[in-house]
Amino acid sequence: MSRKVGIIGVGQTKHGRRDDVNYIDLVYDAVRAAMEDVKISPGDIDAVVSGSMPPPMEGINAPHLYWSDAMGAFGKPSMRIATCGSTGMSIAQSAYYHVASGLFDVVLAVGAEKMLENDPQGTMTTVADPFFQRPFIAGAPGVFSMQSIQYSHRYGLPEERVRMAAAQISVDHHTNALDNPYAHIRIKITVDDVLKSRIISYPTRLLDVCPSSDGACALVFACEEKAKKIAESPDEIAWVKGVGYAGDEHFFGDSDKVVWESAIKASQEAYKMAGIQNPLKDLDVAEIYNPFTYQELIYYECFGFCGKGEACKLVEDGAVLRGGELPCDPSGGTLCTNPIGATGLLRVGEAALQVSGRADKRQVPGARTALSHAMGGSDQFNGIMILGSDKMEV
Amino acid sequence: MAEEYKSIKEEIHLPYKWALGPVFTKFFENFKEKKIMGTKCPKCHRVLIPARRFCPRCFVDTDEWVQVSNEGTVRTWSLVNFEYSGQVKKPPYVQGLIDLDGADTALAHFIGGIDLSDLEKVPEQVKIGMRVKARWKENREGNILDIEYFEPKEEL
Repeated sequence: MSRKVGIIGVGQTKHGRRDDVNYIDLVYDAVRAAMEDVKISPGDIDAVVSGSMPPPMEGINAPHLYWSDAMGAFGKPSMRIATCGSTGMSIAQSAYYHVASGLFDVVLAVGAEKMLENDPQGTMTTVADPFFQRPFIAGAPGVFSMQSIQYSHRYGLPEERVRMAAAQISVDHHTNALDNPYAHIRIKITVDDVLKSRIISYPTRLLDVCPSSDGACALVFACEEKAKKIAESPDEIAWVKGVGYAGDEHFFGDSDKVVWESAIKASQEAYKMAGIQNPLKDLDVAEIYNPFTYQELIYYECFGFCGKGEACKLVEDGAVLRGGELPCDPSGGTLCTNPIGATGLLRVGEAALQVSGRADKRQVPGARTALSHAMGGSDQFNGIMILGSDKMEV
Repeated sequence: MAEEYKSIKEEIHLPYKWALGPVFTKFFENFKEKKIMGTKCPKCHRVLIPARRFCPRCFVDTDEWVQVSNEGTVRTWSLVNFEYSGQVKKPPYVQGLIDLDGADTALAHFIGGIDLSDLEKVPEQVKIGMRVKARWKENREGNILDIEYFEPKEEL
């Protein structure tokens, strides 16, 4: 039987163009912030799990070796995990496994990226096999745009309606990012701005796409006994209630990305473990990994927030927007901040801040149960972590 | 503020030589005859394109080569309008997933023969379900770019 695990410390850097710090200092800033959050030092940590995008992104191979000093990893087990976009979620789940297994009491999870030190789409294209797919996939936008076109077509949805729902998501998340002092893109935009922005990879326009960011995130996971001892108050502990993770085949043409099996399976596993039956009602907030607005629509359906082909209505009704039944991405999400190796961990960290009532201006009032998600591989992996608070009703 | 700090510029060039193995070698050898051959899974009976040594779902060896058509339908597509390092084609261009007749998985490739002078009008020309056929290069070297692109097929 696995042990109860809680997240007690959350640290992140200011994200964006960070030419003012080197890669090591960026990692150090996030790790220091997480340790200061719960007033611990490296001596309190039993193991370190870290990760980032494929190393060509920064030109440092095996970056966890380079980061080890900045993570306070001296004298501890340290491993690198890399699953592309879902890296942060894989790191979080690995830290969870470390503690749940009973072998480690306090584990540090670290994700970082300096995307602006390279040509990120050039690097991401090399994630595809060199024989068949690499010449065509055109980084992330090329792949995700194919998924978007397929989505509208599958359910016979008018293109204008899907575009409008995607634009509303973009405006909602950009508005949310204004409340997040760590977010990269903090601009006021209108639906019209989104609809008229230039095509990056049809149907995706500039304001439908996340930025490339520099940034880092660190979280502290602890067993129940240590969590209660270290945390200032039990209300500040975000308990891991459920985890799920699944992958597709490597070749894009092998599996369906609209009724997306890996996303469906990951969420169902996590819901089962967390005892969630009606996600729209049972969840108070969700941090979804949405580098592209259109993908968010697909996730609403795969995660069971609504039925197939009904995601636009969920947006039109405002259910998933600010102030709605299940506000998604109150941090501004991946759409406004995407230092990829950190991004999945940021989703978990933001969800932890929400359920512990520490999300400041981006706090969803009374949030007690949160879903965090990341997607990665070559449009291939999906991972979910459900967090919950033990605090009494507010 | 940030301008006070400096950066160092560097490029990394590394040579690679990727072994194709028997199945991928045969797949590309067939391109010389303008033939696209898949491999069939004995368990789920799917014809896999690109040809594979094993079925990723059933995890058994494929045991039969099956020729699929040079024609198929567009499963999905997108218009690429941004540049990145190592890009094979100068944007804008259209790429997509093609379900070749006789295959159970789709092949990623370029979709050519499209008027790209007004990008907003591209969606009027490329549709999911559209019939396309392979346009082969004159001199074929045994790689995926021996197919120049898939082009819309005139329906009779």
